[in-house]
Amino acid sequence: MAEKKTAHRGRIWIISDSQGNLIENIDTDQIFHNAFLHITELSQMGQYALGNLEGWKDFSKKARSGDILVAGRNFGAGSSRQQAVDCFISLKIGLILVPSFGAIYFRNALNSGFPVLKSSVLEELVREKKLETGDEIEVDFLQGEGLSLSKDFSFRVEPMSSVQSDIFKAGNLFNYGKTMLKD
Amino acid sequence: MGKTIIEKIIQAHTDDDAAPRKIVWMGLDVRSARDFGGPNVVKNYEREYSGLPLADKKKTFFTFDLCVPASSLKYADAQQVCRDFAQKHDIKVFDVNKGIGSHVLIEEGLAGANSTVVGTDSHLNILGAVGCFGQGMGDVDIAFAFRTGKTWFEVPETIKVLLKGDFSYPATAKDLTLKVLKELGTKRAALKAVEFYGEAVRELSLSGRITLCSMVTEMAGVIGFIPEFEDSFRKEIEGISKTEFNPVQADEDCHYSEVIEISIDRLAPQVAVPFSPDNVQDISELKGTKIHSGFIGSCTNGRTEDLALAARELNEKKVKEDVMLKVVPATARVYEELLEQGILQALFRAGAIISNPGCGGCAEGHIGLTGEGEVQISTGNRNFEGKQGKGKTYLASPAVVAASCVRGEIASPEDL
Repeated sequence: MAEKKTAHRGRIWIISDSQGNLIENIDTDQIFHNAFLHITELSQMGQYALGNLEGWKDFSKKARSGDILVAGRNFGAGSSRQQAVDCFISLKIGLILVPSFGAIYFRNALNSGFPVLKSSVLEELVREKKLETGDEIEVDFLQGEGLSLSKDFSFRVEPMSSVQSDIFKAGNLFNYGKTMLKD
Repeated sequence: MGKTIIEKIIQAHTDDDAAPRKIVWMGLDVRSARDFGGPNVVKNYEREYSGLPLADKKKTFFTFDLCVPASSLKYADAQQVCRDFAQKHDIKVFDVNKGIGSHVLIEEGLAGANSTVVGTDSHLNILGAVGCFGQGMGDVDIAFAFRTGKTWFEVPETIKVLLKGDFSYPATAKDLTLKVLKELGTKRAALKAVEFYGEAVRELSLSGRITLCSMVTEMAGVIGFIPEFEDSFRKEIEGISKTEFNPVQADEDCHYSEVIEISIDRLAPQVAVPFSPDNVQDISELKGTKIHSGFIGSCTNGRTEDLALAARELNEKKVKEDVMLKVVPATARVYEELLEQGILQALFRAGAIISNPGCGGCAEGHIGLTGEGEVQISTGNRNFEGKQGKGKTYLASPAVVAASCVRGEIASPEDL
């Protein structure tokens, strides 16, 4: 298996409300509505991503492979729901970057090997319009550095912990279990 | 700098530095699954690790407690999937006769002080009552733990809660717990470990410690510890678990992210109003509220001492004719103690329906649901909308539930 890339470059979506503020406490029901929980096929899940979030119900139609999601604090609050992670994997979203995650969501995402990172400067950067939807950024997961290619500045991102990067590089928690017991 | 209790327990189970907010790999002394999460644990294991051995079969268990014996095909199938897997891997099943898994782990000496235990029960942090780091997790994490004996965890920050003053009957450990929940709500202890100090908690026996620590889940906390104890508690827990009780203590120079004082002097019985466990009021605000049913049991209030208290209030009295009282002992061991001490007889004579041990009455379905319009008073830990049916559930102590069932309305033991 090829070594997984530990940096990602892509176009960002600022998930904000009508006043332009990052939406906080986006819960798993807004990310993936419970009416579609019966869906188990990964390829079918993407179309429902953010499908219950006011102003963003058409997100799945606008998103492209490799895009980066930037949203407000406590992203993925609420009940445990693997589909709320899988729907972004299905859309091939490259990274979710937020000030903080709901605890269960973070656990599920990390176990799935899906890159989720935290940054405490996002709210300020969005307020000052240094980060805007459509900007191109590059984030190094291990160094914890964000770089805006559109506006030419860098910003701090919390790097992956060694646990998170171990699981991320292996693909997911189960695969990491296979590698850790090999020797 | 010194370490708090959770930092010390995690540090003893990891090669990483167990500093607050750091994510570390943590060794597990016990990993378990119940009859609800169990089948998905098995499914994950068979898909990912088919034909591979468990990290340690002696440290891996199933505990059936949610729907015991199964009253639906779904649960009958679930339990059989787990039994088949257990037989294949030669691991122990605490089957449908044993009672609530977390309590069984304590009684069997498997959840010792300073040990780490994970399972599919969201109230597994109840094990903080005996100085053990218990934690509920999802089926992916538990399948991984079965195979590797490890999990990852973000070391939580610790808050210190100092309970000032003391309480006396009719206030009980449950009232203390509801009072703490009222003060902390669901945010102040969120994602934190909690250390409870103060004379009132130092004197608590096992059942009282279990009551308080079980509802750290409703406070959204990671785990709660009651570090100080009387010698009588050491004797009690060593007698039950047949293991030595030497819990680690926090260092004097450890760091608490917050210190919170709560006064419990003149504590009155407390009641949590539907539909949230932290929606707590003094009983005086709710007296006279008509009830249709009562429930005494659950991992929070299902031990011998809890049921003995209810029996004492019901002694020579009758549950009101139009009220149904359901009683579910926590474990088979508790059930036997109740039999030996004549407590089941007293409860039965008062008119209670007595079930076999388990999570029934709190977990949905097993000994009946509440119907639309039904008002229930329960010793459980959750009163969310729909959790036990379409009715409304108030949470209170065993003494208050017993008194309320005699009166047919929310009442304090003092009203009898």
